[in-house]
Amino acid sequence: MNAIVEFRGAGYSVTRPQGSSDILRELTFTVAAGETLVLLGRSGSGKTTALKMVNRLLSPTSGEVLVEGKPTAAWDPIRLRRRIGYVIQETGLFPHFTVAENIGLVPHLEGWDEERIRSRVRELLEQMGLSSHEFAARYPRELSGGQRQRVGVARALAADPPVLLFDEPFGALDPVTRLDLQKQFLALRDALHKTAVFVTHDVREALMLGTRVGLMRNGRLELLATPREFLHAENDEARAFLAGLDWKMEADGPSQ
Amino acid sequence: MDLRSELASLTLEHFELVLVAVIVAAAISIPTGILLTRRAGMRRWVLGFANLLQTIPSLALFGFLIPVPLIGGIGKRTAIVALVLYALLPMMRNTLTGILGVDPAVRESAVAMGMTGRQVLWQVELPLAMRTILAGVRVATVTTIGTATIAAAIGGGGLGVFIFRGISTVDTTQILAGAIPAAVIALLADEGLGWLERKLSPV
Ligand SMILES: Nc1ncnc2c1ncn2[C@@H]1O[C@H](COP(=O)(O)OP(=O)(O)OP(=O)(O)O)[C@@H](O)[C@H]1O
Ligand SMILES: [Mg+2]
Repeated sequence: MNAIVEFRGAGYSVTRPQGSSDILRELTFTVAAGETLVLLGRSGSGKTTALKMVNRLLSPTSGEVLVEGKPTAAWDPIRLRRRIGYVIQETGLFPHFTVAENIGLVPHLEGWDEERIRSRVRELLEQMGLSSHEFAARYPRELSGGQRQRVGVARALAADPPVLLFDEPFGALDPVTRLDLQKQFLALRDALHKTAVFVTHDVREALMLGTRVGLMRNGRLELLATPREFLHAENDEARAFLAGLDWKMEADGPSQ
Repeated sequence: MDLRSELASLTLEHFELVLVAVIVAAAISIPTGILLTRRAGMRRWVLGFANLLQTIPSLALFGFLIPVPLIGGIGKRTAIVALVLYALLPMMRNTLTGILGVDPAVRESAVAMGMTGRQVLWQVELPLAMRTILAGVRVATVTTIGTATIAAAIGGGGLGVFIFRGISTVDTTQILAGAIPAAVIALLADEGLGWLERKLSPV
């Protein structure tokens, strides 16, 4: 299996007036084609920072990050980013673009002709469970949070990038809508065979969506495991996350 | 010349002073404002300088410029230079705040989608900041219409001619003949640019 994304001793530190501090230390892992690696960790553990090094919104201050075998520093950043879809919790949809224009953004930048963009937008909207007739001409402010997030995913998929990055995309949604989108994510992943890095602090989500889970703590990768291995891991931090799950089960009644 | 035809020609002259001054000032201050969004270190100095210009009493600023070579002297050119210096700050500041006010998540997405710096500026930042920038243009225009009445003191012409003449001859009619049209133009400009602001703002 070939690695689509690879971290090689990647570190990130910032210099502040009080001195320099390490946000990420020596991250090393690979994400194979078609795999979904979930980065799980508490708030401030460095998940977002790690994710942004993949599409070069940030550059490692030590080590390197490779995409399709080439260090991000050697990529033309524009070319690199057009091959990587990016979905964030705040969606970042353009408020002055319609839904259709938002989704068509990257195809437009890539110079597709209008007819092709239109049919691609229609296809993606339907794929995300939104009627294109009803939603294409709306503005983001005219959508619910869940609908906005679907449009955000559609926008990331538009030019069919081989790599997708997700930063807590479903974090702000109600549990039912979230489950809906999580299922949709799984269906899409299996249908489209994308390589994805998915950031979350929700252990349930990590176990559900990840082919592997990378557990982060204080800027380090503590554990890299399949969901099954993760459930039985001895690691403190993993147990701390799993404790949240047990508590939910107990509420259902005696577990034995 | 009777009052009526003089009124017409001075009003036109006033208009011209304001129009030229605002266009030149916009051409300087909007690009500068954009540059300042990219150069945080320069902000204090440039805004401080534009701010300083505004604190100089307008009559004094016109006076200061008279002895300056090339741009100075008696006449329209000096008047326009002074008006430009006055109009810089509101447009520069509003361009800066408008662009800095764009939702960081929107800007980050634009970059992450693979837009070039230029595309982010023209397709995202400027459209979203347009309303704020136009508000700066409106403020600058309305102030310039008022300040331009002082241009007459250094031979710049415009409706100020009536006002200064009225003061020196203690003739209220003359003063009003200058002041009322200036106020009406200012109100119309305020309304018109306000309408444009609402019409062009995307959100
Ligand atoms: N630009 C920056 N300058 C200095 N420190 C930063 C910067 N960006 C992030 N940090 C720090 O780096 C650490 C990791 O931040 P990061 O955003 O990667 O965390 P995270 O795991 O995504 O957290 P969350 O779950 O809350 O989003 C935090 O302690 C944060 O304060
Ligand atoms: Mg984060």
